[in-house]
Amino acid sequence: MSRAGNVVESVRARLADSDYSDRSLIVGTMLAIYVLYLLVGFSLGFDVNGQVNALQRITFLTAVFAMAGLALNLHWGYTGLFNVGIAGFMAVGVYAMGMATAPQNPETTTAVPGLGLPIPVGILIGILAAALAGLIVALPALRLRADYLAIVTLGLSEIVRLSFSSNTLGEFTIAGTTMGTGGNSGINLVGDPSKIVRQFYETGFGIGPLSDLSGAILDSFASVGIEQIVVINLSYTVVVVGILGFVYVLVQRLGNSPFGRSLKAIKEDEETTQSLGKNTQLLKAKSFVIGCGLLGLAAILWQGSRGLTTPDTYMIELTVFIWVVVIIGGAGSNTGTVLGAALFVSILDEGPRFFRDIVNATFDIPRAPTSIVEAVGSIGEGDLMPLLAYVFGELAALQFVLLGVVLILIIKRRPEGLMGHRKEPASTLDISRPATERGDGAPGPPAGSSDPEAGTGEKEDATDE
Amino acid sequence: MPPNGSYLPQGNPQYVVRNYYLELIFLGILLLLLVDLLNSVRTGALPLTRLLTFVWDGIIIGLALGLAGVGLSMTYSILGFANVSHGDAMTAGAFLGWSSVFLLVGYGDEAFGQLLLLGVGGDLFASDLGISLFKRPWAVLFGIVATGALTAGLSLLIDRLVFKPLRDVGSLMVLVASVGVAFILRYLVVFFYKPTQRSVAVAPERAAIGLFDGVPVIAASREELVAGESILEFPVGVGRKTQSYLQVTSHEVLLIVTTILLMVGLHLLLQRTKLGKSMRAMADNEELARARGIPTERVINWTWIIGGSCTGIAGFLVVLERGTMSFQFGWLLLLLIFAAVILGGIGSIYGAIVGGIVIGLTTTLSLVWLPEATLARPVAFVIMILVLLVRPQGLFRGRVVG
Amino acid sequence: MSETETAPTEQEETAPEPILSVTDLRKEFSGITAVDSVTFDIEPSGMTGLIGPNGAGKSTTFNCITNLVSPDGGTVVFDGEDVTGMPTYRIARKGLIRTFQIARELREMTVLENMMLTANEQNESPFHAVSPGLRDNVRRQEERLLETAWELLEFFDIDHLAYSYAGTLSGGQRKLLELARALMADPEMLMLDEPFAGVNPTLEERLLDRLHALTQEGYTFLVVEHDIKLIMSNCERVLVMHQGELLADGPPEFVREDERVIEAYLGGEVSG
Repeated sequence: MSRAGNVVESVRARLADSDYSDRSLIVGTMLAIYVLYLLVGFSLGFDVNGQVNALQRITFLTAVFAMAGLALNLHWGYTGLFNVGIAGFMAVGVYAMGMATAPQNPETTTAVPGLGLPIPVGILIGILAAALAGLIVALPALRLRADYLAIVTLGLSEIVRLSFSSNTLGEFTIAGTTMGTGGNSGINLVGDPSKIVRQFYETGFGIGPLSDLSGAILDSFASVGIEQIVVINLSYTVVVVGILGFVYVLVQRLGNSPFGRSLKAIKEDEETTQSLGKNTQLLKAKSFVIGCGLLGLAAILWQGSRGLTTPDTYMIELTVFIWVVVIIGGAGSNTGTVLGAALFVSILDEGPRFFRDIVNATFDIPRAPTSIVEAVGSIGEGDLMPLLAYVFGELAALQFVLLGVVLILIIKRRPEGLMGHRKEPASTLDISRPATERGDGAPGPPAGSSDPEAGTGEKEDATDE
Repeated sequence: MPPNGSYLPQGNPQYVVRNYYLELIFLGILLLLLVDLLNSVRTGALPLTRLLTFVWDGIIIGLALGLAGVGLSMTYSILGFANVSHGDAMTAGAFLGWSSVFLLVGYGDEAFGQLLLLGVGGDLFASDLGISLFKRPWAVLFGIVATGALTAGLSLLIDRLVFKPLRDVGSLMVLVASVGVAFILRYLVVFFYKPTQRSVAVAPERAAIGLFDGVPVIAASREELVAGESILEFPVGVGRKTQSYLQVTSHEVLLIVTTILLMVGLHLLLQRTKLGKSMRAMADNEELARARGIPTERVINWTWIIGGSCTGIAGFLVVLERGTMSFQFGWLLLLLIFAAVILGGIGSIYGAIVGGIVIGLTTTLSLVWLPEATLARPVAFVIMILVLLVRPQGLFRGRVVG
Repeated sequence: MSETETAPTEQEETAPEPILSVTDLRKEFSGITAVDSVTFDIEPSGMTGLIGPNGAGKSTTFNCITNLVSPDGGTVVFDGEDVTGMPTYRIARKGLIRTFQIARELREMTVLENMMLTANEQNESPFHAVSPGLRDNVRRQEERLLETAWELLEFFDIDHLAYSYAGTLSGGQRKLLELARALMADPEMLMLDEPFAGVNPTLEERLLDRLHALTQEGYTFLVVEHDIKLIMSNCERVLVMHQGELLADGPPEFVREDERVIEAYLGGEVSG
């Protein structure tokens, strides 16, 4: 049919077009953040290493949070699965990787032995373990109401965290093999994925040309005064960003396919989708398991490079971070999720600390008073500095308060997030309105009526803002 | 009503078969554990004293969970969302309540700021004020009332600022908003009171319960009981044994008595008054209730007031019983409260109490078999998850009363 | 428990093998019997009407047949296979598709997406969706589906709405979309729950026209409808339900004369 052919043709152009604008949005945002941070760095008198380090740090964190956010977007944005157990699945991934790669006979007596597997195998095991945890939850729990699924996943993440912190799992022996989670003090991550990058620079993997290449890279960075450790971190970040790109394409392709179309339908009305012959339980389980595997990957890339992970990393706070990333960006939009991660990391997470550093560097801030009453008391004497010092001292707590406020404000003012709901067609073909036919006054997306989660009134309010 | 339409028809025959199948396995395991428990007591592997202490502790935790669960259960069934900020409202209420108790007791003797912040950054300690039920009964009673009122007020304020504007928004988004509220409350407490654990009450008065020469007695302590210096004797004899079985504190007794009194009061309030009827109507079908002229916003306000004060009082009593509190105590209790409410059936007040006691007993009795205490909470959560999977409507089907 | 007082069903002796046969279907909701021992057969190809006053149990019967609500008793045999208690999606895959009383279009999906969703013989593997070579196969398959979708949209005269979000359609257009979408699944039989409710006369005419055309092609329809006249003049056979029971079963002329049907409708008018 010529008509269908036309559609396919005319729309490919548009697809490329929208891809381009999405990509430029992400790159533009990152550049703006970089400029901001460079300015801050200058005002703080950072040297080249300090500047590069700061940019590398926010890029790295943005990449891992975006990756976890994409996984949650697959769950929540695409399928409508309310996963509040993110921290738990991340913990399973990291710990499985840690236990698989820990040496069988550790050098120090305090270290817990493990299976002694190579790093890539350990990473794979970690991803599979997180996916398996997802499968175990998915099989029974996905038939539950969304809010019950929330409670089940929340409970599960606490079960995981508390069990990993127990002495019982701290070190145990199965079939003659001793391994463990290290209990409360955590586990050394021998399978640190950044080690591969470090090896590349230190030995070139023993391959001549590679070692020449790594040497050349180090030299050229050294010529602008950047140290080896910074280069290694930077290179690892580049690798992680590359993996993020891979995950992005993966999730995007999942969404734009018959699989993604069925997920979208499930999110809207599961009963109808069943009535049309879709095995919704199976589809939901697939989406859940894939997302959990990606959460494991993100967590391994993130925590792995720290060399040590402890159970208290995986509290509800971590889960909320990932939710904030997705909610800022807009559930259903992958571009939005990456933007959300960038904004979350640079403004909400790292921003306040940078601000404090600037103020500390500019003004003479006294030692923080021991209590808020003392701090407020000195206002009476016309001195605001003690209060400021107290606020800076408790900045970490205030950051969480700020996070809570942001969460509530988004839900009140702009529940669809920055990028709004998913607009791209759920198909491998672009079956949205061809460019030539647009702007002819035909009805566009449903105004305010489409979002099952948000009331019409809310949406109208949002557009008034 | 169903958020995001992921209900599965509950009448599905396979579903039903699986339901009862699993419930039977569940009961079977429970029975096996009970037999094992009785057997360990018989053989002496589990001393009776230990078992009784587990049961007593379990009931205390359980009643507190149940009392705190009433509010969660009511808002869940009437407003239709799982309120994640419930535990942190309890924390914030308890901190405010204890501040007011400190002010009442220490005003004039200690620095105002020190009292207000429960001794943050200074040298005011719990022992300086010496708060316990027998030493300062009025302060404790004041604390119960004040914490209840403050938490109710806090709940109303949160509703006005956050939840009221979100009445028409889907329940899942309100749940996310309540996570935001939880963060704000929890970390404002940290901001003002600092994250360290605070000691607020002194060791409570104790009593030992046991047998002296076969006569059930209550004594001031284990030693006095064994020495025969009892406070109270029951004029019956069982054998000729002398042993102390259980130590109780005045704060534990206060918690039990207060919770039971409040429960009876709540029962009467909801069963006998028009308000109770309106609440039931709203839990069943809000639109219908509104159509029938029930002033829904007023009912919602009362829901927060009743739920908030019960939660606050539960928090105050838990802190009194433990003697210490930290900014995380409400959050740490929240999942157990959820477990209790889900087990009992969302919307049911008796369910919350029964569910609370079951969860409380689980966390203590599971220690009979568990290798370490860290795993007790995971076991309670596993039970909660199993209940959600096997019997999502809970033990008592969801009604505000009965 | 009560006996089915169904009008002559013996006429089916000479009829071909039924495509759907419902036997002794029962469903109770907290003490109220919504469907009470309903038994009927539907022969392939043709349009059967199912009428009855409000609360007669018509929609519940549909829900029980497709197991969206599981029946308390009875059997449902579709195309020679017992499908009682089979998961809803599998019944649908066997070729028995139903629509809903209130159109349940997937509003945040476009009309085309709605259409493309339904095709059952498509590759929904996430692995194929992401793998470089295999994705091209999926794409070719989707191109074929897209053609079918366009044909059906044209057939129902809603092709001009293809790119609109389903939520923006009018009530009647939604009904057309639901029907077109159901046909994408390539069903053998369609159960339509009030397909004419809220549809304006022009669209109603068009819809009826299409239904008759499809009947000619061999599709089987079971249509629940409020509008008795419409059913009487368009169906070759009419089932009448009242208070959960099947009251009458036969050709329109026969049903129209049935004392109990008249009484049920009159009673329904008076109390309702």
